[in-house]
Amino acid sequence: MAETAPITQDVLDIRFPRRDGSRIPYAVFNSAEVYALEQERIFRGPTWSFLGLEAEIPEPGDYKRSYVGETPVVMTRAKDGELAAWVNRCSHRGAEICRKTRGNSVVHTCVYHQWSFSAKGDLQGVPFRRGQRDQTGMPPDFDVKDHGLRKLRVESYRGLVFGSFSETVAPLADYIGPQMRPYIDRIFNRPIEYLGCTRQFSNSNWKLYLENVKDPYHASLLHLFHTTFNILRVGMQATTTTDATGLHSALLVVKNAEDNAEGYKAQNIRTYQDGFRLEDSSVLDMVQEYEELSTNHIQPIFPQLVIQQIHNTLVARQIIAKAHDKFELVFHFFGYTDDTPQLRAMRIKQANLVGPAGYISMEDTEATELVQRGITGHGRAASIVDMSRHKPDETATMISEGLVRRFWEGYRQLMGFAAEETL
Amino acid sequence: MIIPLRWQLLELQDAYIAAIDDDRLEDWPRFFTDNALYEIIPKENEDLSLPAPILRCDNAAMMRDRVASLRHANIFEQPTYRHMISGLRVLEETGETAVMRTNYLVVNTSLEGSTSVYQAGIYKDVVVRTEAGWKFREKRVVYDTSRVQTLLAYPI
Repeated sequence: MAETAPITQDVLDIRFPRRDGSRIPYAVFNSAEVYALEQERIFRGPTWSFLGLEAEIPEPGDYKRSYVGETPVVMTRAKDGELAAWVNRCSHRGAEICRKTRGNSVVHTCVYHQWSFSAKGDLQGVPFRRGQRDQTGMPPDFDVKDHGLRKLRVESYRGLVFGSFSETVAPLADYIGPQMRPYIDRIFNRPIEYLGCTRQFSNSNWKLYLENVKDPYHASLLHLFHTTFNILRVGMQATTTTDATGLHSALLVVKNAEDNAEGYKAQNIRTYQDGFRLEDSSVLDMVQEYEELSTNHIQPIFPQLVIQQIHNTLVARQIIAKAHDKFELVFHFFGYTDDTPQLRAMRIKQANLVGPAGYISMEDTEATELVQRGITGHGRAASIVDMSRHKPDETATMISEGLVRRFWEGYRQLMGFAAEETL
Repeated sequence: MIIPLRWQLLELQDAYIAAIDDDRLEDWPRFFTDNALYEIIPKENEDLSLPAPILRCDNAAMMRDRVASLRHANIFEQPTYRHMISGLRVLEETGETAVMRTNYLVVNTSLEGSTSVYQAGIYKDVVVRTEAGWKFREKRVVYDTSRVQTLLAYPI
């Protein structure tokens, strides 16, 4: 991967050509300075970042390493069952403390000098604190209470665990907002079971992926699986929604109410006379689990989460920014604890549709990398996001870039970037 | 001449990886029995007995579908794989079936010409003797390289 050209302009001088989110200067994707500023204004700013699922750490002492932006953190369940998270950095000399991806321990000890911390991040033990025989220890004014780990605010919404460095950000439920909560509620409507995760690494900017999940326009054009195999998708109704900031959004694609799940399945396997067809179309089977017969529910909760229901696959995708031109995507698969064995097997089979090798998703990181390569050295140029721009109230359509525009206006304001023109 | 079992199984693995490395994907499903399982799953999940795979075919028809999709539907940069295998161990054998494990390393060369390690892991295989020779009844690809670079298109 070629390094992108350094951007010499002052990042605060970045200007969006328009105030409606329809022109995005490429510097926001290929500038290391913008990336550094995002760490401060977004990830350490007034946001809640998705850390993982409560179902990953069900027992007291369970922990999992995670990230808030580029900062490594550990999310834990303490002895009393409470959730906690702290920066994975010893308060003594800065060494990484937790060295396993997952595990169970009610005490976390730094290997360097064996300072030990509780699951909530409180300092519990300092070797030789009171010295030994005639050798002195820590000074009299050293108080363990002053030297805990850097703790994050932690809250859970329906089993989704979020952390924040901000003391001022609204409580999590308010941050998610009244427009977005019903969509989360429909998926997280009963206890879930964690089924494992898969990871994908992309040499592109993390926001290119957020754009992608807010962009239904590309769906039938980049992902050719359905059209190639003549899988008909008539009678689909799309709904798009954002929160007040535009940073979160939801896309719901629903089959018409008069069709039941069986009808959907029958339609799925209808093919034209010529062309390709699947020999085994069971990968596209679907059982109706919600009030609406929804084939796709794609819901980014800014900045690190995308909730996904595609047919019967359920995933919480975590976006982890690694550099201005690198991000990792972690797909946390889950089912419901009351799944029948048949339904559980179906969810596992449908993992073929999504993730790094997914029939209808593998192209997404390919596309974001094509953009990253294409814009190298051209921070001043801007993308064009005009589809249905003159019809901002048209939300029941896939042929729109409305969610993308709303996102960029929210991002621009959060980052404090100027817009050149008032529309 | 009686060919020792180990040689027969190495020949199967070598023929299998050659089909993929030579981009003869259409031959790939033919290494399996009709009802074979082919699965690619991260070691991270395997170690915790968690089932989420990145790819899973319950039968050879699903494998042929995967090939058709790669040839005609999915968009990706054409990979150039080279598989290296070593450490084949036969864990059980009955004469008609064998259970074995084999280490693999796949390097990929990009269109721009740089070669990098794409994936390391282990094949956990169950093979059966058929009239057409040894075939995989189960091939579970358990990969160590948990971060999949960009995407996985071709089988391992």
